[in-house]
Amino acid sequence: MEEQNRQIGDVLLAVEDISLSFGAVRAISDVSFNIKKGEIRAIIGPNGAGKTSMLNCINGFYHPQQGTISYKGITRNQMKPYEAAAQGIGRTFQNVALFKGMSTLDNIMTGRNLKMKSSLLSSVIWWGAAQKEELEHRRFVEDIIDFLEIEAIRKTPVGRLPYGLQKRVELGRALAAEPELLLLDEPMAGMNLEEKEDMCRFILDVNDEFGTTICLIEHDMGVVMDISDRVMVLDYGGKIADGTPEEVRADQNVIDAYLGGGH
Amino acid sequence: MTNKEKGFDTFPKLLRRNAEQRPDLPAFREKEFGIWQTYSWKDVYDNSRALALGMVNLGLKRGDAVAIIGSNRPHLYWVFSAAQAVGGLPVPIYQDGVADEIKYVLNHAETKIVVVEDQEQVDKVLSILDECPTIEHVIYKETRGMRHYKQTNLTSYEDVQEQGRAYDAKHSGFFEEEAAKATGADIATIMYTSGTTGRPKGVLLSFDNLVNSGKLSVEFENLTEKDKVLSYLPMAWVGDHLFSYSQATQAGFAVNCPENAETVLNDLKELGPTYYFAPPAIFETMLTQMMIRMEDASAIKQKMFHYFIDVAKRCGVEIMEKKPVSLKDRLLYAIGNFLVYGPLKNTLGFSQIRIAYTAGAPMGPEVFKLYRSLGLNLKQLYGQTESCAYVCIQSDHDVRPDTVGPPAPGCEIKIDEKSGEVLFKSPGSFVGYFKNDEATKEAKTADGWVHTGDAGIMTDDGQLKIIDRAKDVGKLNDGTLFAPQYIENKLKFFPFISEAVCHGDGRDTVTAFVNIDLEAVGNWAERQGLSYTSYGDLAGRDEIYAQIKECIEKVNRDLAIDSELAGAQISRFLVLPKALDADDGELTRTRKVRRRIIAERYGTLIEALYTDVTDVHIESDMTFEDGRKGSLKADIKVRDTDSFPALRVAS
Repeated sequence: MEEQNRQIGDVLLAVEDISLSFGAVRAISDVSFNIKKGEIRAIIGPNGAGKTSMLNCINGFYHPQQGTISYKGITRNQMKPYEAAAQGIGRTFQNVALFKGMSTLDNIMTGRNLKMKSSLLSSVIWWGAAQKEELEHRRFVEDIIDFLEIEAIRKTPVGRLPYGLQKRVELGRALAAEPELLLLDEPMAGMNLEEKEDMCRFILDVNDEFGTTICLIEHDMGVVMDISDRVMVLDYGGKIADGTPEEVRADQNVIDAYLGGGH
Repeated sequence: MTNKEKGFDTFPKLLRRNAEQRPDLPAFREKEFGIWQTYSWKDVYDNSRALALGMVNLGLKRGDAVAIIGSNRPHLYWVFSAAQAVGGLPVPIYQDGVADEIKYVLNHAETKIVVVEDQEQVDKVLSILDECPTIEHVIYKETRGMRHYKQTNLTSYEDVQEQGRAYDAKHSGFFEEEAAKATGADIATIMYTSGTTGRPKGVLLSFDNLVNSGKLSVEFENLTEKDKVLSYLPMAWVGDHLFSYSQATQAGFAVNCPENAETVLNDLKELGPTYYFAPPAIFETMLTQMMIRMEDASAIKQKMFHYFIDVAKRCGVEIMEKKPVSLKDRLLYAIGNFLVYGPLKNTLGFSQIRIAYTAGAPMGPEVFKLYRSLGLNLKQLYGQTESCAYVCIQSDHDVRPDTVGPPAPGCEIKIDEKSGEVLFKSPGSFVGYFKNDEATKEAKTADGWVHTGDAGIMTDDGQLKIIDRAKDVGKLNDGTLFAPQYIENKLKFFPFISEAVCHGDGRDTVTAFVNIDLEAVGNWAERQGLSYTSYGDLAGRDEIYAQIKECIEKVNRDLAIDSELAGAQISRFLVLPKALDADDGELTRTRKVRRRIIAERYGTLIEALYTDVTDVHIESDMTFEDGRKGSLKADIKVRDTDSFPALRVAS
């Protein structure tokens, strides 16, 4: 195997003491953690532990009642998801959220939307600058298609693809926005072993090749432990452990949460 | 030799001629980033030259072997001419071979430089590097994922070319001098045979072999620079080498590389080649898929399809061969061509095909005729690595499903009277096996006849008919001729049966192992409302056994027609719970059955076929593709079949 000498840098995103409730339900309570530049950060926990809520807070879909989130050193208040996207936070969803009737290529092209500058009118006429721009974006998207090895399904409507491939297309769309921080919500849920291994490879490659910082959620511990630099464990909305995979694996609280207390 | 007169007796010389005479015409196309990128003959010459000198700079000397591992890529094809120009010996290796197979070839050829496509192959080569002491450098084309490799003997293709250009600037004239040194009698390449038995053998082919075979076949088929070919079969296979390198360099036509293995059918359609080669399995798969998809079409379309396919079956072949056909049929065929055949060929990417070949295994006569009746000029070819791919080619106006045609121009054939083995003499007859004089002596007589190992007969009008491997032809205890492949091929012509292995040599009766075709049988099961969990489960179903039994009885009826073979009807069979696979060593890379290994692994099953049990349990140790060991455990049913009395009495 090759020598991994990735650069893990300063804190990219810091979450401090956030709490989120829906009415009386406390989804997240007093959780603090950070994501460093260039790392693969995992958040794991049993179902309903607040993992997706945490991602939704990070990309501005939910607004925590308490606590602060700072991204690249800037603390933000009420941020909209599209503002988060413009600042370089991309994500994929637990339930694949693609345009089923559109081809793989078109779906990934939508990921370039934020980078497109031509006006609606010039795009419709498709002449001059607008044409040139689209060609540039297409080239970028083709790089992603090559990277994710989905050339064979370039023109296939996404709805006809097997689940594992749809997940890959979704990753492609997130990558098309050239995110600095990529949030992956259960990228391996519902996959068979081979698909999982492929996805792991792609996540590592994305991190390595593009230097993208990755924060992923999983409830399958095995996979996560192998590819993550640091792992945070949530249970009932609270943080019960945080550290390297080895530390987390040995943590008594984690063992209890996963295997039930009194083990 | 006209080649020698003009001085174009090696590929580097031919390449230079192309670069001078048609610098801007396309030589290679490769689909990258969704677009076909074109390289002209001038580009190819420049790239190949830079690579050659780069390899010299890395220490390549005359006579050193350069291995090539990867899928069909223009850059990898250029390694052939690059190595040959400076006296190196290109050795293409099957890229999907496991590390052990690759290691054997690398060591046997005493490889000095390995050129690979990407990280996957780099890892494979690095994993065996310690056991391959002759390897000094590994060159890789795709840089993706390679940033963290710190080994000093790893260099990227572009870096090597960069070194080559610098070397060229310092040593001007060196390349021309080196390229002029080789002559036709020198060894051009070592091709390793897939090895139906034992270790692969390195077949030495000279420039004369390859250049002349290319030249004669180009003339025979009138190939010109306007032709297009899609190169998707393994580069290590001699057929691809003939089409994509020898003939392409000779005739100057463009070689097109698909984007990747999965996109081949798509690329085929986009490209519309004029010249195409596929083993029978691919044509058969295409037909099966076509039929399965037709079953999902609307009733009107299905009716139209079947009606016009019947018309084509009735008169299509005759129309193509310009034989007399009634006006009504001609009109119907023209309508059918507009409504069905044309669109169908377009979907398959066959619209522009002038010549299509199939070889490697016999093709079902039904399938063969069907393709021809659609207006596709499909022909059979016979040959082996030792003959530069061909000895027999069918000519356009006389194509039959059961023969492989008359000897090709320059080739001679004779049948050994005692053993029935086919021997040939041709311009492509190999020089010898690398470092294996004993095998060379066995295969090639002093006066130049080469043993093929195939048993065949020559028809009265001079067409060759291949029956089986000579060593596989055996006898039943009562003396009946037993040609396993002949029977197996008859079985494999049924869409439900993907592979079959027959036993019978030295036994009382013939029995068979059958592999079901998952796609065809699965589709049928779906229509019958039959649910199944896995390949093994489906294979063990009584309903499937009944279907297979029907197929076998049809074959038996067929065998009964021929008095010589009537005694070799199949009496018992079983359906194997797993598909025979090249990765498990049961088939060769070209999908030929390895009888010895199967006999060892499934010995219990063979014995069960010769008792009267109806169920047998098997536990067999297996080595999987990735080197893990596992075992196969299954309970398998064994069933009897009916046989039929001989219809014709031997005269």
